[in-house]
Amino acid sequence: MTGFGVLLRRELALSWGGGGGPLLALAFYAAIATLLPLAMGPEPARLAAIAPGSAWLALALASLLSLERLFERDFEDGALDLLALGPAPLELAAFAKCLAQWITAGAPLAVLAPIVAISLGAPTGLAPMIGLTALIGGIGFSFCGGIGAALSLGSRRGGVLIAVIVLPLFAPPVIFGAGAIDAYAAGLDWKTGLMLLSAYSLAALALGPFAMAAACRNALS
Amino acid sequence: MIAALTNPRAFMRFSRWAAPTLGAIATVLGAAGLWLDFAARPDYQQGYTVHIMFIHVPAAWMSLFVYGCLGVASFLGLVFRHALADAAARAAAPLGAGFTLLALATGSLWGRPMWGTWWVWDARLTSVLVLFLFYLGYMALDAAIDDEARASRACAILALVGLINLPIVHYSVVWWNTLHQGSSVFRADGPAMPLSYLAPLLTLTLAYMAAFGALWLVRIRSEVWRRRAGVLALRAAG
Repeated sequence: MTGFGVLLRRELALSWGGGGGPLLALAFYAAIATLLPLAMGPEPARLAAIAPGSAWLALALASLLSLERLFERDFEDGALDLLALGPAPLELAAFAKCLAQWITAGAPLAVLAPIVAISLGAPTGLAPMIGLTALIGGIGFSFCGGIGAALSLGSRRGGVLIAVIVLPLFAPPVIFGAGAIDAYAAGLDWKTGLMLLSAYSLAALALGPFAMAAACRNALS
Repeated sequence: MIAALTNPRAFMRFSRWAAPTLGAIATVLGAAGLWLDFAARPDYQQGYTVHIMFIHVPAAWMSLFVYGCLGVASFLGLVFRHALADAAARAAAPLGAGFTLLALATGSLWGRPMWGTWWVWDARLTSVLVLFLFYLGYMALDAAIDDEARASRACAILALVGLINLPIVHYSVVWWNTLHQGSSVFRADGPAMPLSYLAPLLTLTLAYMAAFGALWLVRIRSEVWRRRAGVLALRAAG
């Protein structure tokens, strides 16, 4: 377990030190949220109708941002080789990377998500629900996104390739998350959506590291 | 038979006559299916647009069938590290994308007169669209990695991830759609299909399958030839 702690601390330190932490994803998220009213028109009624959904969509896009550096940096400087040779299994390293990704990008985005949705005109009462779904969905985004990041190792078209691979995987969490918020806003049964979203995130949490480790071993071979 | 075909030499011997035979079967069945199709009476509700269905429905079935083939080949390639299975998986992807695109395009052409719109965010349409995006992602990943063996294994992992993900996508869009609107109006469960419609549908499905088999074999064969040419070029270079 100490090995895992060291791995996690290393990933957190790297993302705060080298990548500016959550700043990039947060700035991107805020920028998309600013462009949205410019594209849709500023009428409050129209914006309010799409506010929770677009806050969720922007969240999915913003969580793509830091994926490119998730494995690529370690792959380039040889640290991934050391991780593969080390006593801890590569699955654990992949798990630590994605968890760190969620802590440094997913959780701050989940804090920002209700603010964005409310600034677009969503009712204030939705804020806890939006934050909760964003927090849970962020786990799914990190662990599914990690699969795309690991698969595109060694190709020279990192960023866009990851987006093309990963966005079809993001369809279910977007549906469940936005669906749960919609149902909550309409006073319908929102627990189903929330539970399905949690199930998706937990499945990604459990299965993702194996796919990521297999992809990393393949890239290193 | 499958075990014997894992030997590339045996595969080449087999596919040399199997590919043209399947192609001929596809031509005959396709012609027969189209004849049956146009011989069928226009539907009392759909009118002449029902003819599109005979092109559309088999293509939609094939889009899933090809993904199944791709998944099985990827699994075999990943577990047994068999080069021919890798080649088969990668050769299937553009064919599957083609069938999916055909299903989407014909569905759209049929939807315009029948539903009054080119596109509806209905559960089925959306899950087929996600399937198409998935094929595109698979092909993009295949094209982006230079090393052949590495690209095959990365693609195989992605195919298996997709095999888990696609049923989830399917059920999630069904859930999403039924949550928002009861769009089952588009799926009027009419009485069982008359034989005059069932016959062209099944004939064309078999024709599609034969065509896929023929094209798949040709693509795998060309991949084997390409590798042999590469080996020979390396040997000649000394």
